[in-house]
Amino acid sequence: MLKDITLGQYFPGNSLLHKLDPRLKLLLAVFYIVLIFLAKSAPAYILIFLFTVLIIAVSRISFGVVLRSLKPLIFVLIFTTLINVFWSNGTTVLWQLGPFAVTEEGIIRAVTMALRIVLLMASTSVILMYTTSPIALTDGIERLLSPLAKIKIPVHTFAMMMTMALRFIPTLLEETQKIINAQKARGADFDSGNVIDKAKALIPVLIPLLISQFRRAEELATAMECRCYRGGGNRTRMTVLRFALRDLFVALVVIALLAGIILLNIYFPPLLA
Amino acid sequence: MAEIIIKAEDICFSYESDHPTDKFPVLDHLNLEIEKGSFVAVLGYNGSGKSTLAKLLNLILTPTSGNLYLFGKKFDEETITEDEFFALRQRIGMVFQNPDNQLVATIVEEDVAFGPENLGIPPAEIRRRVDEALEIVGMKEFARHSPHQLSGGQKQRIAIAGIIALRPDVIIFDESTAMLDPRGRNDVLATIEKLNREFGTTILHITHYMEEAIRADRVIVVDGGKVTLDGTPREVFSQVRTVKAAGLDVPQVTELMLEINDDGFELPKDVLSYEEGAQAIADYIRKKKAGKNT
Repeated sequence: MLKDITLGQYFPGNSLLHKLDPRLKLLLAVFYIVLIFLAKSAPAYILIFLFTVLIIAVSRISFGVVLRSLKPLIFVLIFTTLINVFWSNGTTVLWQLGPFAVTEEGIIRAVTMALRIVLLMASTSVILMYTTSPIALTDGIERLLSPLAKIKIPVHTFAMMMTMALRFIPTLLEETQKIINAQKARGADFDSGNVIDKAKALIPVLIPLLISQFRRAEELATAMECRCYRGGGNRTRMTVLRFALRDLFVALVVIALLAGIILLNIYFPPLLA
Repeated sequence: MAEIIIKAEDICFSYESDHPTDKFPVLDHLNLEIEKGSFVAVLGYNGSGKSTLAKLLNLILTPTSGNLYLFGKKFDEETITEDEFFALRQRIGMVFQNPDNQLVATIVEEDVAFGPENLGIPPAEIRRRVDEALEIVGMKEFARHSPHQLSGGQKQRIAIAGIIALRPDVIIFDESTAMLDPRGRNDVLATIEKLNREFGTTILHITHYMEEAIRADRVIVVDGGKVTLDGTPREVFSQVRTVKAAGLDVPQVTELMLEINDDGFELPKDVLSYEEGAQAIADYIRKKKAGKNT
């Protein structure tokens, strides 16, 4: 039961997006969010929309998967749309009911806002989650932030903690399941009663789990010391991240996209004044 | 005689405790010499001090009193520099009991690379060492797997590869086979023997499995913080009563020989395998018969 939990949503693959340097992808994701919010005119919106579709197509992640990732957003989408439709100050009133006025500006704002949220979610999850393994992501974060180590921010330590957390999640789940089974064998009841009863029933699972994790941490620390671990200072890495030609290519394409959006914003009137 | 690479002289050790009355010595004036390239099994019941001994040799713990010589140099906590300290640790590797608590990375080859990365070795050299180490333990095909997809024995072999990649002169196995199923145990043991025979790595194998101790060149029994028996497996296990007094078992067949001898027979005492035992009894009967006929 617990084994089914997958952390992150990495889909192994061999696409251009999978092969990109994780550092570039992190920068790209941030840059892409900026681009999404930079679009002002209708053609600019269409361009960024089409480009996002292109990203999904290149990643070879099925559109169904991407759409499903938007499911948790439905509530947010409905909510922001309603607010924008009914509560925005517009001049072109289309329909009025008491204090609620539906204006043309309101509708445009609602649609563009919803589009932005959808594009944001789809692009970042495809770039960072679906096509980047968690280990590559932590690695990318560590190397990208490594200059911060100069001002005494323990970047390596944080990255190490993240890697360890990722490493031990399956082990932890396995152990939780073992303890649950052991407690069930002694007659523990996890399924009946109200929420409070169920929460109480988990205490005999959590306490042994916590104790065993402390023991594990101690053993792990000793084992790491035995392998000459002494912090990040003199460490080297086996895998060296190198920007390849494809990374340069993708970076140039995205810069071209930026130029395109700026031009379309200049030559076409903005949707909202 | 080969070079002595580890020498413990009059080593005492007791764990820190809040209650002074609890402070009992775990190691009590222990003396030990380990020769280069030897395969030594250390036997002892739980709490005999055998794991503490391993931790002392690996410098996780420092002795309360006594002298420790590593690679011909006296270990002195006061004067040793950090670099020298880590250099010693690199030369004495250690594999622990629970394979899960030794693996740090989410991918097998990344884990094997962890040690060399800590030493600050250039990437190309790390790659070479990782491939070589995985080859030695026979886990090359699993290089890109995640540790939790592997069996206990396989994980333990990855842990060994992680130590091999540090290129140590000595590897201490602290009950590394205790948590494994028979098949995993055999694989790990075969790996240990390979390291010793083919690569000349000095092995200190701490165990409480007699069948494993038999495979070593030398067996040491630790009891009450002291070395009570020391010799080849034959010499040690023929001392059935001393071994049993240390809370350990001897191989069943060795014990059988002793019990038969107690009834007035004269069978060899240093029998370790069933085949040898059967042969010894057959020889004895044949000799008796021949004696009667003449």
